Amino acid sequence: MRERQMRADMATSPNTTISASTGTTTDRSTRSRHGALGTSALRPDGLPKAQGRFAFSSDAWADNMLWGATLRSPHPYARIVRIDTSGALAINGVSAVVTADDVPGKLTYGLIASDQPVFARDYVRYAGEPVAAVAADHPETARRALEAIVVDYEVLTPLTDAEAAIDLTRAAIHPDGNVIRRQRIVRGDQHLVGEIVVEGTYEIGMQDQAFLGLEAALALPDDDGHGVELFVATQWLHEDQKQIAACLNLDPSRVRLTLGGVGGAFGGREDISLQVHCCLLALVTKRPIKMQYGREESFYGHIHRHPATIFMRHHADRDGTLRRVESRLVLDGGAYASTSSAVLINAVTHVQGPYRCENATVDGYAVRTNNPPCGAMRGFGVVQACFAHESQMDKLAAACGLSPVDIRLKNAMRTGDKLITGQVVESVAPVERCIRETAALPMPEALAVAPDPLEIPGGSGLTAQRANIRRGVGWGVSIKNLMYSEGFDDYATARCHLANGVATLQFATAEVGQGFVVLAQQIARSVLGVDTVLLEPISTDIGSAGSTSASRQTWMSGGAVDGACRLVRERLFAAVAGQHGLDPLRLAIDGTDVVDTLGSLRISVTDASRGLSFDETFEHHHRKTEELDENGQGNCHVAFAFVAHRAVVDVDPELGLVKVVQVATAQDVGRVLNPLAAIGQIEGGIAQGLGLAVMEEIVLRDGKMRNPSFTDYLLPTALDAPDVIATMIEEPEPQAPLGAKGIGEPPCISVTPAIVAAIRAATGRELPRTPVRPYDIVFGP
Amino acid sequence: MSNEFYRLRVNGVDHEIRDAWTGESLLYVLRERLGLPGTKGACEQGECGSCTVIMDGEAVCSCLVMAATAVDADIVTVEGLANDGEPTDVQQSFVNAGGVQCGFCTPGLIVAVHHLLDRNPTPTDLEVKEAISGNICRCTGYGRIFEAVRQVRDARAADAS
Repeated sequence: MRERQMRADMATSPNTTISASTGTTTDRSTRSRHGALGTSALRPDGLPKAQGRFAFSSDAWADNMLWGATLRSPHPYARIVRIDTSGALAINGVSAVVTADDVPGKLTYGLIASDQPVFARDYVRYAGEPVAAVAADHPETARRALEAIVVDYEVLTPLTDAEAAIDLTRAAIHPDGNVIRRQRIVRGDQHLVGEIVVEGTYEIGMQDQAFLGLEAALALPDDDGHGVELFVATQWLHEDQKQIAACLNLDPSRVRLTLGGVGGAFGGREDISLQVHCCLLALVTKRPIKMQYGREESFYGHIHRHPATIFMRHHADRDGTLRRVESRLVLDGGAYASTSSAVLINAVTHVQGPYRCENATVDGYAVRTNNPPCGAMRGFGVVQACFAHESQMDKLAAACGLSPVDIRLKNAMRTGDKLITGQVVESVAPVERCIRETAALPMPEALAVAPDPLEIPGGSGLTAQRANIRRGVGWGVSIKNLMYSEGFDDYATARCHLANGVATLQFATAEVGQGFVVLAQQIARSVLGVDTVLLEPISTDIGSAGSTSASRQTWMSGGAVDGACRLVRERLFAAVAGQHGLDPLRLAIDGTDVVDTLGSLRISVTDASRGLSFDETFEHHHRKTEELDENGQGNCHVAFAFVAHRAVVDVDPELGLVKVVQVATAQDVGRVLNPLAAIGQIEGGIAQGLGLAVMEEIVLRDGKMRNPSFTDYLLPTALDAPDVIATMIEEPEPQAPLGAKGIGEPPCISVTPAIVAAIRAATGRELPRTPVRPYDIVFGP
Repeated sequence: MSNEFYRLRVNGVDHEIRDAWTGESLLYVLRERLGLPGTKGACEQGECGSCTVIMDGEAVCSCLVMAATAVDADIVTVEGLANDGEPTDVQQSFVNAGGVQCGFCTPGLIVAVHHLLDRNPTPTDLEVKEAISGNICRCTGYGRIFEAVRQVRDARAADAS
């Protein structure tokens, strides 16, 4: 068991050792070879992106194309009385206006429940819901056309209180009802009362994914108007294809999708946004349609992280041993279901945190309101649960007279422990190591006597006084499931072709920035001993890869690429063995050669595959999971990853200003496949968790967004980024095809409660709500 | 729409912009009329820096500039930083240091970093942070971007000495 520790700012210095062996690769020769697994191989799309040559979906362009645009409801809840599009159609340059009446197939879509209208028909249920779309010769013409559409609304009182969705004081706002899902967990002694009891109610605000690359697509009519081709930024091409085809009443084979370059996703591209509208306009006008959201429209056009209210009561022995958790969780799903039911399951099944606990009483709701729809965002329900359970662990520590570290060590989950669902944690579970190794990382230096103003809370605002600044330290630890749950078979497909020493890979895995494109090349280099690995366009021309979400693509698509490459290697070995009269089982890859492990044969892969062509496709499936029963019991998850965070903050308590100085973390990664890509995930996730801790929130009033812009929705900048010190704990995961766990989500989960705990330590405030606002620090409980 | 025209000088090349609505931003004209989509748009409010270009030696948000008002300016976009297709040291360093993930903020950051190093060849870490604090990156958390800038700064200093 080795670990890799890197001071973030040292990680890529040429002479450090991060590109050396992971210590876990069995093939001695491939582990240090340039570009193979375990090295910081450079991503193939890196230079094109840095030079501005990489084609994002918003860069797509076609001769004779028109611009599409969407009319959205200004009201959170209203009945549509009448839509008059004649004014828009009369504008010179406008080619088409479409409404619900023009949708040829299914009128609704959705990832789990098909409950969201392509265009609102009878009711609008959130402010920003699409009502119509236009196609015009210029974006400005399209904007004027939207203004010319007349919609008469009968405005209704919106349901904006999640509790009112549960208590039946309001009539259903949707035929599917106001409760999207309720799930209980009932385990063990339901009446146990601990020697120590601590409780609290915690609130988590609505966070936005805020990917930089706005929603954009280009649709081309095809098959004489009977099909369509779409270049789009998405997380799951095949799911989009299925939903688009149903709404357009086309066979899925007539809806072909190619991944347009994706400018980040973080869950916000799991759901359909402009896909159906864009394709419909292309079919109606028989011309290419480009659609591109602006930032304000993007806030309306995709789902957000669920705001949540979570009550928790922890029961423990006097020595701090956790005995029972009680919790009630309410997640506001907004107007449409999206993935709310799966987000809820993640929240309730992770609510005890990475700790042993035999007894649980949990009741969770995901509800429908007239707030903006919520769904997937990095961390997917676990972010909300973690903020609550980690806040509770600190309360428990204080009540038991233990340190935040000791209370967590005392209860740390291990492999073989059971979750509150009864599921045995079969994954490697180095929770204790995560905590101890985080604690061992160096603390930052004390704030200078006369610091640069940019280094103190408030930064260039020049407002904080050095003498008022107080420093605090806080902790957070988390458990996160990997892959999809509850019986879902989210398999991945990949194809490998080898000829003349060149491997070509094909998959439909959405590259959203995470770097699967370089990982796929590394796998092929390691398995096949090739240097050159070409990548086919990412499209629906091959079977599904599942979604780029749930920290699953390294495991799932990585497993598929690995499997396809291994099948090709078997055929290569069979060919070489046949030529030389050897048993193919004696052959192995050594560097870029095929070698006889029991003899003297050594032939380069290039020579061995010259004039030959091997082509294999492989589907990787994870082990089966099952649904939860009515008591929330069952093996619903595939695997788990763990992480610890320690945050150090400086706070000016009088002004309510916070500067996050340093975040230290030890993350359970299984195996590091690309150190440079891994540290990028860790640092990036920490920044997003910092955002949720101290600045990021979509503010709603009566269902309407108050801040749908980057002027008013604040994101961490370079000056907000803390120093990050990361240790990656490498204990290869036996279930995982490459030994590697998904690393995308864990970095952003427990960092938020760690930062809030640090602010509590600096100020003495309770701070039961995140993000922490200046007002909360100055005046809050 | 107008049938008049105006000229823009971009990356050393003169372009005539014809039949264009005069309300178009410089960002729109670069991307949609001049075939230079390397400059990205992500907020339309000058908050995120994705659309950063150099105009008469100053880094500006091209989403906030009316194209028709830029007629006398010398404009440099990400495509114009190197003239032979070879990456600049900043571009290569962003890739080597892991500063590129989704890459949407990258062109604006590359332009901003070139602008910084042209003005101040040896910025402190804090000066680097301040200089690029107008460029939002949502993927990296900035750590690898800082490292990329450090590497260029140090390599240029080594070359100069």
